[in-house]
Amino acid sequence: MAKVSKEELLHIAKLADLNLKDEEVDKYLLHLQDILNFANIVNNANVEGLDITIGANEAKNVFRKDEVVVFEDNEALLQNAPDKERNMFKIPKVIQ
Amino acid sequence: MEITTLTVHELQEKLKNKELTSYEITKAYTDRIAEKEKDVQAFVTDLSENALNQAKEIDAKREKGEVTNELAGIPIGIKDIICTKGVRTTCSSRMLENFIAPYDATVMEKINGENLIDLGKLNMDEFAMGGSTEYSYFKKTRNPWNLNKVPGGSSGGSAAAVAANMVPWALGTDTGGSIRQPASFCGLVGLKPTYGLVSRYGVVAFASSLDQVGPMTKDVTDCAMLLNIIAGHDSKDSTSVDNGDKDYTKSLKADVKGLKIGVPKEYFGEGINPEVKEKLQEAMERYKKLGATVEECSLNIADYALATYYIIACAEASSNLGRFDGIRYGYRTENYTNLKELYRNSRSEGFGAEVKRRIILGTYVLSSGYYDAYYKKAQQVRTLVMQEFAKCFEKYDVLLTPTSPTVAFDIGSKSNNPLEMYLADICTVSVNIAGLPGISIPCGVDKEGMPIGMQLIGSRFSEETLIRTAYTFEQDLKFRENYQPEFKK
Repeated sequence: MAKVSKEELLHIAKLADLNLKDEEVDKYLLHLQDILNFANIVNNANVEGLDITIGANEAKNVFRKDEVVVFEDNEALLQNAPDKERNMFKIPKVIQ
Repeated sequence: MEITTLTVHELQEKLKNKELTSYEITKAYTDRIAEKEKDVQAFVTDLSENALNQAKEIDAKREKGEVTNELAGIPIGIKDIICTKGVRTTCSSRMLENFIAPYDATVMEKINGENLIDLGKLNMDEFAMGGSTEYSYFKKTRNPWNLNKVPGGSSGGSAAAVAANMVPWALGTDTGGSIRQPASFCGLVGLKPTYGLVSRYGVVAFASSLDQVGPMTKDVTDCAMLLNIIAGHDSKDSTSVDNGDKDYTKSLKADVKGLKIGVPKEYFGEGINPEVKEKLQEAMERYKKLGATVEECSLNIADYALATYYIIACAEASSNLGRFDGIRYGYRTENYTNLKELYRNSRSEGFGAEVKRRIILGTYVLSSGYYDAYYKKAQQVRTLVMQEFAKCFEKYDVLLTPTSPTVAFDIGSKSNNPLEMYLADICTVSVNIAGLPGISIPCGVDKEGMPIGMQLIGSRFSEETLIRTAYTFEQDLKFRENYQPEFKK
């Protein structure tokens, strides 16, 4: 199987919105390679013609009435915000 | 009589006969927590003070006839991944260190509906990723049977707290063995219900297609009682199933005559500790003596299931944990100049090493170029695993395996080798992959006195059979009468 390169790892970390410190890169590279080598055995299983399974239950749509349920405790929600102003979450400027 | 050594059904009896009040019971536990927490380190948030006030209120209400249900005023411990309104829910992560849940999880509504008293939020591996509770951001929980050993994980705080008599029973969650393995390491009963039997609403998601909440208790009777409380359809969880209103305590019958037990030989191969094998052999003999038929069978999917598990669980985790971005809740870095940096630095500083490792693995297997080779293949293998189990259940009522290849290991002995830690989940993960129920019950101790767990696996929604099978064994072996944790140092 393919060997994971340092560039690839950094690309994946970027996709996952994670920074890796230099000392982390080597460690993660080793671990990822180890785990993938093991996980690769799924490719030995005879799965020809088998459908994929996305969950243990029968896949079906679950419908409910489209009714508004009001959650009134705004304060409880906002108390967890790292930064807020009036009744809103505050984030850095997005449009330059 | 030591109050804290009693099971919940014994406590219930004493409440009913007015031998004890809720306050007396709760006080016994808060005293025990004060005494043992320094050794065991099971709690992330200790709610002792609240609990005592609640107990007083419930006693007063019971006096006036305003509270009539028999379990009212009995304490419980809750794994810190289950949202509890107004109380910190941290997932043992820096990311959620200060998160106060704005609502109760459905299982908590049910717990509160019974007037059970929450003694505190229990430690775990960060975001339930791990098998030793060493990956908690806050503390390393210790095994009450030997304080130098891990309690297992990820529900290690729940297991240790019950084993140490700091709570009478607890809720855990199980994505790949996180209830059963710590139950096994701590000499307890732990049930992972059929996927869909218990609502996941308000339980912080790790791998949504695998996660289930379940009971961790001192015996099978308590397990059935707690399952009665938490099971049931919930419109807030679209994967929850309406399985009728069952009373699982009706299955507490010591009778396995005619029951067919299959023993998959692949779960007894190399890597399974000889002492574990020996105790499992004795368990099979015991079942034969009790009138069950026990037969070797084949279930050749253990390695595939383990690889599939780590692919699927990490893929789902990488998606689920995408929500932690430092905006609406959770940790926010102080070090940013724009939005992208805010996201990235918050996540990098807020998550621990194992969580990041799994997010990276999950992102990798979902990324273009590897999706077909890993993720899609794993989903097909998942179908294969379910089919192989289905074949076994055509012949057998229950499958019997070890819960874990070994007993509890030394703290620090595996935490630097992630793959080795993952391989230890070999006996439990296939149950989650197939969405089946599995229960771990103690079947003996090794030479050092550490508990050994036996896993019983049933077909979907066969909890009644599992409870009867486990109960019959428990009544005959009498593990609790013979072995108790000794807090060895």
